[in-house]
Amino acid sequence: MRHPIIGESVPRKEGLAKVTGKAIYTDDVTFPDMLYGATVRSQIARGKIRAIHFDPAMPWDEFVVVTAKDIPGKNCITLLEDDQPCLAADIVNHPEEPIVLLAHKDKYLVEEARRSVRIEIDPLPAIFTMEDSLASKEVIWRTNNIFKSLSVDKGDVDAAWATADKIIEGEYETGAQEQLYIEPQGMIATANPNDGVTVWGSLQCPYYIHKALSALLGLPADKIRVVQLETGGGFGGKEEYPSMIAAHASLLAWKSGKPVKIVYDRAEDMAATTKRHPSRTRHRTAVTRDGKLLAMDIDFTLDGGAYLTLSPVVLSRGTIHAAGPYNCPNVRIRSRVAATNAPPHGAFRGFGAPQSVFALERQLDQVAKAVGLTPDEFRRRNFIRKGQTLAVGQIVHEEIDMSELLERALKLSDYNAKRERFARENPGRSVKRGIGFASFLHGAGFTGSGEEYLASIADVEATPEGRVRVYAASTEMGQGTNTIFSQIAADALGLDYADIEVMQPDTAQVPNSGPTVASRTCMIVGKLVETAAIGIKQSLQQHKFLQEGYDRQAFVAACRRYHDEVGPLRATSRYSPPPNIHWDEHLYRGDAYGAYGWAVYVAEVSVDTATYETRVEDFVAVQEVGRVINPVLAAGQVEGGVAQGIGFALYEKVVWQEGRMINNQMTNYIMPTSMDLPPIRVYFEELPYARGPAGAKGIGELPLDGTAPAIINAIENATGICIRRIPMTPEDLMAALEATREKAIA
Amino acid sequence: MPDAPLPDAKSPAAKSPAASGKISIHCRVNGRDETLCDYPMARLLDTLREKLRLTGIKEGCGEGECGACSVELNGKLVNSCLIPIAQVEGAEIRTIEGVATQGQLNAVQQAFISYGGAQCGICTPGMVLAAVNLLEQNNHPTETEIRAALAGNLCRCTGYMKIFEAILRACDRTEVHS
Repeated sequence: MRHPIIGESVPRKEGLAKVTGKAIYTDDVTFPDMLYGATVRSQIARGKIRAIHFDPAMPWDEFVVVTAKDIPGKNCITLLEDDQPCLAADIVNHPEEPIVLLAHKDKYLVEEARRSVRIEIDPLPAIFTMEDSLASKEVIWRTNNIFKSLSVDKGDVDAAWATADKIIEGEYETGAQEQLYIEPQGMIATANPNDGVTVWGSLQCPYYIHKALSALLGLPADKIRVVQLETGGGFGGKEEYPSMIAAHASLLAWKSGKPVKIVYDRAEDMAATTKRHPSRTRHRTAVTRDGKLLAMDIDFTLDGGAYLTLSPVVLSRGTIHAAGPYNCPNVRIRSRVAATNAPPHGAFRGFGAPQSVFALERQLDQVAKAVGLTPDEFRRRNFIRKGQTLAVGQIVHEEIDMSELLERALKLSDYNAKRERFARENPGRSVKRGIGFASFLHGAGFTGSGEEYLASIADVEATPEGRVRVYAASTEMGQGTNTIFSQIAADALGLDYADIEVMQPDTAQVPNSGPTVASRTCMIVGKLVETAAIGIKQSLQQHKFLQEGYDRQAFVAACRRYHDEVGPLRATSRYSPPPNIHWDEHLYRGDAYGAYGWAVYVAEVSVDTATYETRVEDFVAVQEVGRVINPVLAAGQVEGGVAQGIGFALYEKVVWQEGRMINNQMTNYIMPTSMDLPPIRVYFEELPYARGPAGAKGIGELPLDGTAPAIINAIENATGICIRRIPMTPEDLMAALEATREKAIA
Repeated sequence: MPDAPLPDAKSPAAKSPAASGKISIHCRVNGRDETLCDYPMARLLDTLREKLRLTGIKEGCGEGECGACSVELNGKLVNSCLIPIAQVEGAEIRTIEGVATQGQLNAVQQAFISYGGAQCGICTPGMVLAAVNLLEQNNHPTETEIRAALAGNLCRCTGYMKIFEAILRACDRTEVHS
């Protein structure tokens, strides 16, 4: 009997290379005659470029200098809309906007040269807050500063207020968050008119870059090649910005005829590249006396930064997740993403949902309190069940029972006993303990019709020796693409894990499987890999080269015969939407996602009311993500996501000054270290999802959604203080506690 | 676009740093005698990566916060981005490339593979070296001691849990084998 490969924690494919230091990342690659590139950026938020001054003390004849005038094609980073220039030509719209590119063979000299270029800019009035943007204090983007707005309507919210026993209002905010992958961004490009352009780099989405370079350089698709090197973390931060760096390296390579490497240092990476969108959410919730949700009126705003980039899609996910896994008859969501003169905000794991879920799960704890119910009892009375409809009108077909997940999470965290004990022991103690939770869902794959438009493709090939190769554009950035694709293909073909090889994402070799984002790699592309692998088996069986019940030897023999008698053996699978899935982009109604991950996270905290230090003491994460393909990798996704969520809640504060991040260093932007994290205890419920590979759904983003609200709910349980804004640093807690004390004295 | 005055090729050019001014440093790296020729204030990180092609050492922050560039200097774990090569004359240096001996993985490396201690892998060389360094001083650390020993090595992927587990497992194995 063959050992089952699904559900097995096989070691990561590229693990050996990583633990020995042999894995090759972008900065580890050099070419003969290679130049180092640097970017000269705007120092101010908004203005008109008057002149560019080159300090005559530098030997400029040794340098390659590129400005907007050198761009052969269209001066933009093609994504959703073409509003973001590759190099600012006349107007700058945010600090750190690229204006001039330099390259030289000496990487130290190119740094000196960067400081020897002075950009003279006539300042224009700029916008730094969502409020000013919404009020159109200055119009900085098209006619009204709004990149996108959305409306979701279910039932009749206005009619519900009159019948409500209680109406509770609240406003919540989340700050920007830096992805802080430990490998800074970087790209290497070669370019010449005959061969076109090739870039190698640290990236999530090879075909995004492919498309952007084609437009920028005015080259046909077959003259552009994008190759992913080992990527030291992405978390969304390497979804869109790599197109910018690839564009810059390509322009320098195009002009110089030499290979050009651009690797950002940490300060440049943090200041210039995208971050999580800051958000503000207003809730107005109507409930009955016995704690049944009657209406939710949700107003959700994101700060998009200076260009549109991915903001409409981030807004979409945030909006759809804003009403959570609850059954509420009347829901109104109004949302928009507004322009400010900061570097564009972008993708970060969760993609809008951590922002809106934070607000919802904080609000529902306030609602529970207002109707005199415990947070858990209030959720129990309102959880969505199979057959009921989510805010966007999607009927839940999954067999999920959120109450069961909640029970398990509360039991594993000893929630009830601890809540009681903390209530008894906290009075009179300076270190207060608290426990809180959040319950949430996260849609896997692109929203609505997104997957249909993407029409992703993956190929599987079998060599004459019976080696199986997976060709997909899905990138490995630590989350385990290589490993789970191998497991899925091995399972589909009845082969061993070692028989499968996942090919390096190289647009000259792999089809467009879409971007590596949106928790879609396992569920969507993994399914394509599974289908293509089955296609290989079917091809062999149709030719009667292979019988059911075959072993590895028979498979190898069949592959040999196929190659000898028929030819190359390769199967392609293209995405087709599940039946009975409908999404109306105009009404914003329908089946938003093919499937959801479901979760309840419980956080236990201690809050020192003398030092204002908060520690997370214990963390229980219970989730249902379909069949778990590799338990160690899956738990690793949750643990890492929870750690980032703890940072989002308590540590990671971007300090802004006139649109610029001024704490762009690891010394003063604080992420969790090994000393800061509690035990993170991860549990899976497994309900196999019929449309996922071997029953799997998506997992990557889910843990970011519920971690922060669980922690802040626990802090309220410990201190009685209602925190409405994250990150909540010790300084913020001090201000809140002192305000309460003053109020008590007065 | 306003006309940018073209960089003037005939302007009195500042000289590129001359080839002179470099020093020769003798040290042992991963058990081999090496002579490093570089500027005295060159970062050990750059010299090891560029002159000896020891690219397992990574730069994460360049300011001694993240530990991706960790190397052992005379048995002590240091951030090689903060060490000018002028300080390493006569020193014994070990990098990630020197951790596996004769093709045999260190127990820590094996445990990182088996128990999910590496995800994206960029912190892994420094993290493995920090763990090996700890276990060589204390072969039965508690989890608290492990946490303290790794406090200078940041990981953004794992939340550290699988790293702690891998190191504890590596101790078990060391125990079995010794």
